Amino acid sequence: MREPYLVVSDLKVSFPTADGVVTAVQGLSYSVPLGRTLAIVGESGSGKSVSSLALMGLHDPKRTAISGSIQIGGDEIVGMSQRKLRRHRGASTAMIFQDPLSSLHPFFTIGDQIGEAYRAHSGARKRAARKRAAEMLARVGIPNPAARLDDYPHQFSGGMRQRVMIAMALVNDPKLLIADEPTTALDVTVQAQILDLIADLQQEFGSAVVFITHDLGVVAEIADDVLVMYAGRAVEYGSTEQILARPLHPYAWGLLESIPALSGEPAPLHPIPGLPPSLLDMPPGCSFSPRCEFRDRVPDDLCRRELPLLAARTAEDARLSRCHLPDPDVRFHLEILPRLP
Amino acid sequence: MAGYILKRGVSALLVVLVTLLLSFAMFFLAPKDPIGAICGPRCTPERAAEISQSLHLDDPVTLQFAQYVKGIVAGHTITSGGATVDCPAPCLGYSFRLGQPVTKLLMQAMPITVSIVVGAAVVYLTIGILSGILAARRRGTSFDKSIVAGTLGLSSVPYFIVALLVVLYTAGTFLPPSQYSPFLDGPLSWASGLTAAWLTLGVVNAAAYARYSRASMIEALGEDYIRTARAKGISERRVVYRHGLRSALTPVATIFGLDLAGQLTGALFTERIFGLPGLGVVTLEAFKTDDLPVMMGGILLGSVLLVTLNLMVDILYTFLDPRVRLG
Repeated sequence: MREPYLVVSDLKVSFPTADGVVTAVQGLSYSVPLGRTLAIVGESGSGKSVSSLALMGLHDPKRTAISGSIQIGGDEIVGMSQRKLRRHRGASTAMIFQDPLSSLHPFFTIGDQIGEAYRAHSGARKRAARKRAAEMLARVGIPNPAARLDDYPHQFSGGMRQRVMIAMALVNDPKLLIADEPTTALDVTVQAQILDLIADLQQEFGSAVVFITHDLGVVAEIADDVLVMYAGRAVEYGSTEQILARPLHPYAWGLLESIPALSGEPAPLHPIPGLPPSLLDMPPGCSFSPRCEFRDRVPDDLCRRELPLLAARTAEDARLSRCHLPDPDVRFHLEILPRLP
Repeated sequence: MAGYILKRGVSALLVVLVTLLLSFAMFFLAPKDPIGAICGPRCTPERAAEISQSLHLDDPVTLQFAQYVKGIVAGHTITSGGATVDCPAPCLGYSFRLGQPVTKLLMQAMPITVSIVVGAAVVYLTIGILSGILAARRRGTSFDKSIVAGTLGLSSVPYFIVALLVVLYTAGTFLPPSQYSPFLDGPLSWASGLTAAWLTLGVVNAAAYARYSRASMIEALGEDYIRTARAKGISERRVVYRHGLRSALTPVATIFGLDLAGQLTGALFTERIFGLPGLGVVTLEAFKTDDLPVMMGGILLGSVLLVTLNLMVDILYTFLDPRVRLG
């Protein structure tokens, strides 16, 4: 395997608030080599977006405490000055956001907005930036690109707007692309087009991609590796094949069970009972234990007392999971698999 | 776009027409006695009849209204006590009390009001928007808190008290005495005579504008597209002053247009306290002396100003916010 382009180790992101310190991400470590896609999966508040904003250095330094390490192409991002961060943002590292309508400035033309991103790092003149913007629009499949440069975001459809966002993110050939739920706000048919586009462009540019999503269908489509997050921590981390076919963490099981079946007999859904814990008031032990149906299988009330380590659980694969269950693969086969549609 | 402006223009015209009708109706419905107002307390029936005739008060109401409108469009002549006065278009009637056509009275007062309001606008836009933006950028700091507290304090004191205090303590001492001399007679004396009014009206209004711009800027800086702008790697200054300010000033511009209209027609306290006989003072005098033609003219002019500025705000908005352009 190639040397990873992005290496995150022991990342912790917390926000001091009036009610106490909210620790949104804790002990997060992962790496992504060029040409590969890592999907970060988790529900709202699991820390997936917070951790990826940290990759861009987009947290307000006055309101955020970040520790650990984020290395992008060998440069340490944590603690980097705003000045240096700016040279990274939009250049080596770019980001696509969830809602393209609110993420594009309503009062500027898209040619202007894409051109601005290009000029920020290339020092190109307006005319060259405009030409580059038109090229990028063509590259992301927007018909008649030169004519559309002077259009405003509201004159595009949702899918086309997300293409504009992608064109803007890729305008400086970033080596690392962070996509924060880029298809969540789109129609299902458009979703597939955007996923294909991102996959194509990744092939072409050979960049590393961090893809944040809560949709396991999207994960299967696009990711090489998967990191499942819960309450600010990684609970499972491995290759997409392993994790989708045979997850080892009860939370990942819950995610699989919550997917409605599209074929066969209509079966009741199995949502995960309860709610994620408040980041201000984390349960002792495993954060998932209050919602976990397997916690009583572990002796000595260990789940409620001690945070499990993120470690390899079985001899045959290298994937990591954070669970005290002694025999997760057996439990999955005997109890979870029969329940899945 | 042209269709939109046309549509808005027509509805603006309708509003002016309705105001015209209502202000004309006031002539008949208001508990005022136009003849008594002109004739005075010791009025002979003959004199009253003469005035009534010269005012065409005996004509049918519709005919009188037609005369009034005709005067505005084409002008007409007014006879009073044997003398004939020519009142060219737009003729808003004749003030028998002051012996002047209403249009002339209003046109003398208008430059004074416009001078006060425009000069004050420069002051409050500059101070208000600048301090509002700085407060928004330093949100939560002591600078921000003092701006918020200061603007609140300033807005809590009735405006006329502030103005009176300014006149009492500053005018003629460290501010030049307040007076009006036309701009064309010398810009310097024009400006120095208005300085006290500008600063007072300006600083008091700056408090409101500081609050608008602060709130508007805070909202703008919280938008997703600001995060996108930061993610591009452009400088923070560019993020704030290009991306943020562009959004933040759009609502402020709307408020400004409406405020301007309100001040043009209602800078009464400023005019009165600083002794500048603008539109507000002229209209107020008319109300005090039952000078109905001037009252009607003042109301009509006010409504035209208000409607015109509203229309301009609407048109301006289509340039500020591209999303309404097609609407």
